[in-house]
Amino acid sequence: MSRTAIPVRTADRPLPRPPLKKRAQAFGLWLLTFLLMVIMCVPGLWVVLSAFRPNREILAKPPIWVPETLTLNNFAKIFGIGQDQVAIPVLAYFSNSLIIALTSTVIALIIGMSGGYAFARYRFRFKGGIFLGLMLFRAVPGIALSLPIFMVWSRLGLIDAKLGLIIVYISLNVPFTIWLIDGFFRQIPMSLSEAAQVDGCTRWQAFWKIEFPLARSGIAAAGVFAFLTSWNEYALASQLTRSTDSKTLPVGLMDFTAQFTIDWAGMCAMAVIIIVPALIMTFLVQKHLIAGLTFGGVKG
Amino acid sequence: MIAFLRTRRTALIPLLLLSPALLTMLFVVALPLGFSFYTSLTAYRLVRPETIEIFVGLRNYIRLLEDWEFWRVFGRTILFLAIALNVEFLLGLGIALLIAKITWGQRTLRTIMMFPMMFSPILVGFQFKFIFNDNIGILNNALQSLGLTDRAIPWLVDGRLAMFSIIFAEVWMSTSVFAILLLAGLFAMPRDPLEAAKVDGCNSWQVFRHITLPFIMPFAFIAMTIRSLDVARAYDIVHVMTGGGPAGRTELLWTLIARTGYMDARMGQANAMAYLSTLLSIAFTWYFYTKLMQARRYMGGVQ
Repeated sequence: MSRTAIPVRTADRPLPRPPLKKRAQAFGLWLLTFLLMVIMCVPGLWVVLSAFRPNREILAKPPIWVPETLTLNNFAKIFGIGQDQVAIPVLAYFSNSLIIALTSTVIALIIGMSGGYAFARYRFRFKGGIFLGLMLFRAVPGIALSLPIFMVWSRLGLIDAKLGLIIVYISLNVPFTIWLIDGFFRQIPMSLSEAAQVDGCTRWQAFWKIEFPLARSGIAAAGVFAFLTSWNEYALASQLTRSTDSKTLPVGLMDFTAQFTIDWAGMCAMAVIIIVPALIMTFLVQKHLIAGLTFGGVKG
Repeated sequence: MIAFLRTRRTALIPLLLLSPALLTMLFVVALPLGFSFYTSLTAYRLVRPETIEIFVGLRNYIRLLEDWEFWRVFGRTILFLAIALNVEFLLGLGIALLIAKITWGQRTLRTIMMFPMMFSPILVGFQFKFIFNDNIGILNNALQSLGLTDRAIPWLVDGRLAMFSIIFAEVWMSTSVFAILLLAGLFAMPRDPLEAAKVDGCNSWQVFRHITLPFIMPFAFIAMTIRSLDVARAYDIVHVMTGGGPAGRTELLWTLIARTGYMDARMGQANAMAYLSTLLSIAFTWYFYTKLMQARRYMGGVQ
């Protein structure tokens, strides 16, 4: 769209646009973008900034805009370092979150790779129906699913156990992982693996030597998506966990809210702890993430 | 005979590859949903486990049909989804068009746009609870410091404003899904038809309406499908920001389910609601998925 300088057009209209109008337009565009970015970034940045400020400053009236003191106390406090300890076992939550998210991601990836390969490479009966069915199962609201799972898990002794949450998250992630990985395998020409098979590889070998390395970055992107889903999930986790044995970070965040008081500084610090791993993960694979979402969906 | 066996075997391979996925979904989603349906036909209360055997038929559903409170919440949920999804689509489209026009710093802008996508919904809720807080929130502080208002605006205390704040948070969280996918669509668009249309004398609105928009619609449907998979994430946001209050004015279907099931311990009734909400989500996903498939066929026909 920015390529307006087609010769025909300038020949038709001898007068070029007045530069002032063009400059005003460019400025308007810039201003709009700037405002947009402010709305996108300021909420998150304000939380991050507040994580390094004492509660006294956050609560100050009239407000203190420029931080007078920056401190790591909030973090020290929630990790239980220093004099006044807050009984929120963030380390335990963190390791629970990590174990649950990583395990469920790895298993969902294995299941998803096998399923995605089936969708990308084979024709079989009810293919479209099975695919749609998987998607529809994913659409079940977390809170609606939590009711029966809560009832079943409490009979199986899986309430307040990491395993219980891992199983749920695997099923949460499998459909979307299949969708993404299916898209990535489709982009790899079938002739590559066929050539390898002509040269004497089995299909299994051809998969690991040709198709898997080519789809690797896409699979990593699918993995990050699965990880983020598990890492950020709240509705199911809040009902299926009880104690430090299995509580995850998002559930732990709610520990800071009592009936009438909220420890804003502590919550902000905790928010930073939740967001940083997610941030790192996303930036590592962002390019593949977008490619995977779009081409998995559009190119049938 | 051997050939026959071989075709049988190759037909089995995809099913074998799919079986782990299908078994997982069967055991963790389908069976619990079946159990949930059965429970919705009983008078099950969490505090009295034996009540799960009291079969009451459709009584829970009939009670729902007669319950005005439930229908008000149901209607509010539909309205909430309609507003949020439309605003997200339009805003996302605007942002995508804007960024496609900008030549400098495009990559950085796209990266910044992904920012809200990695936020946990519970974090988004907390973040906006912090910002919209009437006493210490940055928004009221800014408005008061700038002299735009002399009293604190009760963002989360007044029913209407609270609903607005929740929709704002939801839109903040999910607009980027639309923006990113529509932007990818704009990038993938061939240049020739655009230039041909301009040579033929179309104005920029006509070009947009008849060439750009049809081309990027499949991308919009992908975004819609992805969004419809997790509309219920709004539960997290409402749960943190208002908890359904003030006086139930921001109660959505999902918070009502949680309240009925876990707080009031009326599991049978809650399961009936959960079943309706599941059907609602499935209808949403189905609709957009079908649209996506149609658009895909259409694109396949063109190329």
